[in-house]
Amino acid sequence: MNSQVTTQPTLITVATSPGCPPRLVGEQPVKGREDFAAYRQLGGYLPLASGDELLGEVESSGLLGRGGAAFPLAVKLRSVRDNGRLIGGTGGTAVVANGEEGEPASIKDRWLLRNRPHMVLDGLRLAATIVAADRAYVYVSDHESARSVETALSELDSETLGISVGVLTVQPGYVAGEETAAVRMINGGPAKPTDKPPRPFEAGVAGRPTLVSNVETLANLAYLQCHGSAAFRLQGTSLSPGTFLATITGAGRPPVLYELPHGLPFTELLALHGISPSQVRGTLMGGYFAGFLNRGVLETNLDHETMRGLGSGLGCAAISVITDDCPVAVAASVLAYFDRENAGQCGSCFNGTAAMAAAAGALRDGAASSEDVDRLRRWSVVLRGRGACATLDAATNVAASLLDQFPAEVAHHLEDGCQDCGNHPFRADRPYEAEAVRHA
Amino acid sequence: MKIRLDRTVCDGFGVCAKRAPDYFSLDDWGYASLIGDGAVAEQDHDPVMRALLDCPVHAITEIGEPRPSVPDPPLRDMDDPAAHLKTESNEAQWGFTR
Repeated sequence: MNSQVTTQPTLITVATSPGCPPRLVGEQPVKGREDFAAYRQLGGYLPLASGDELLGEVESSGLLGRGGAAFPLAVKLRSVRDNGRLIGGTGGTAVVANGEEGEPASIKDRWLLRNRPHMVLDGLRLAATIVAADRAYVYVSDHESARSVETALSELDSETLGISVGVLTVQPGYVAGEETAAVRMINGGPAKPTDKPPRPFEAGVAGRPTLVSNVETLANLAYLQCHGSAAFRLQGTSLSPGTFLATITGAGRPPVLYELPHGLPFTELLALHGISPSQVRGTLMGGYFAGFLNRGVLETNLDHETMRGLGSGLGCAAISVITDDCPVAVAASVLAYFDRENAGQCGSCFNGTAAMAAAAGALRDGAASSEDVDRLRRWSVVLRGRGACATLDAATNVAASLLDQFPAEVAHHLEDGCQDCGNHPFRADRPYEAEAVRHA
Repeated sequence: MKIRLDRTVCDGFGVCAKRAPDYFSLDDWGYASLIGDGAVAEQDHDPVMRALLDCPVHAITEIGEPRPSVPDPPLRDMDDPAAHLKTESNEAQWGFTR
């Protein structure tokens, strides 16, 4: 049955870090959607004399993609531009602003599109100029975001934008936000990932080299044109320059969207969020992708190099703080989500997520044996990299990090049972979701 | 020679791993993944081609140079694939995972 599924727009609290002037969320409090005149007044939509010059600035800035993989934007832009030149003439490439935020625990992309659509469109037209694109798309699932972008487009003349932009809306889904799913949908197929190679920078929309870039990344590109790479690097660390949008959920509190400088100590974020470190059991990092960190997270800084060093990741910077909930039960819910939400395409993924979800569910319910835990551990290793997209990797990250970061909790579940799960078992279809889904 | 395995197509017959075990590994359910980056050594050409030809679902293909030798024509308005999407009835509106 074709029921409409969408997110339920909510009023999200937005906050910034002291000493870090906001770049992406604008001055607070927000007074509704920023229109063309307001954005222009802030210096947006500056004429671009040379795409190559701006590409040089992007390179100097060290801007990393904000969609989760933290891939250097300059490398992606250069690859698409060069591949476009190779296949003929002046380009013929395509650019896609990816705003299909599949991570249930993240809300940053929807917030940007709903409130600052011009900043995203500004970044999109700059990217289009750099790679000499003749096609541009905004790819979303949130209807409010689509409306906001369409209104913004209606405020623009073709000279300011320089390229025609199509807005495409899909139904929300974890896999729909993957870059090859976006390309496949634009090409007329289902919004499901394809296997690699080729990647979109090689062959994407209509077989053309295609830049698929997260909307927060594009907003940063607009900031870069306006302020330059030196100003961009004033915040953040040398390897993770700039600010980032972080969706903080969990701890029994409503979600808050923060704009933070990379490298901020996690404890400072806790202070902003009003959580005592003593309450913290751990976190779920990068939405559902990068897995768990235990109380060791209190010693970390929020940047890519620190998180990678711990075998975790900042990802799309959706961080769920775990206080009272049992990590075993959280893992069981997240793995059950992957069992339901995978694309149903790769055998290793639909079998692997089902098997890991069953093992984790049995562990939560006190019905697992040590052999089940051994199997879960083995799957968390051998299934890595066996899917066409990163969904299976996300599931293996959750399973592996549960066993690695919370061995005592796992042992309790195997031996005498877990008091937390006995008293108030944690169960959620979309653990720590930033916005509720609505079935219409 | 370079090959690719499309894991969204693989149906877990396992023939590839029998023909060329150094190039294909199977998971617990018999689904294949490529070992390495798809580059095939000269001396392994024959068993890998057997794997490719014997795959019942044609999940393995030989890939050439990354760029097409004959470029596609430049995109024109009528070539825009998104322009042909029907918002209500298109497969992409419903044909996915949820």
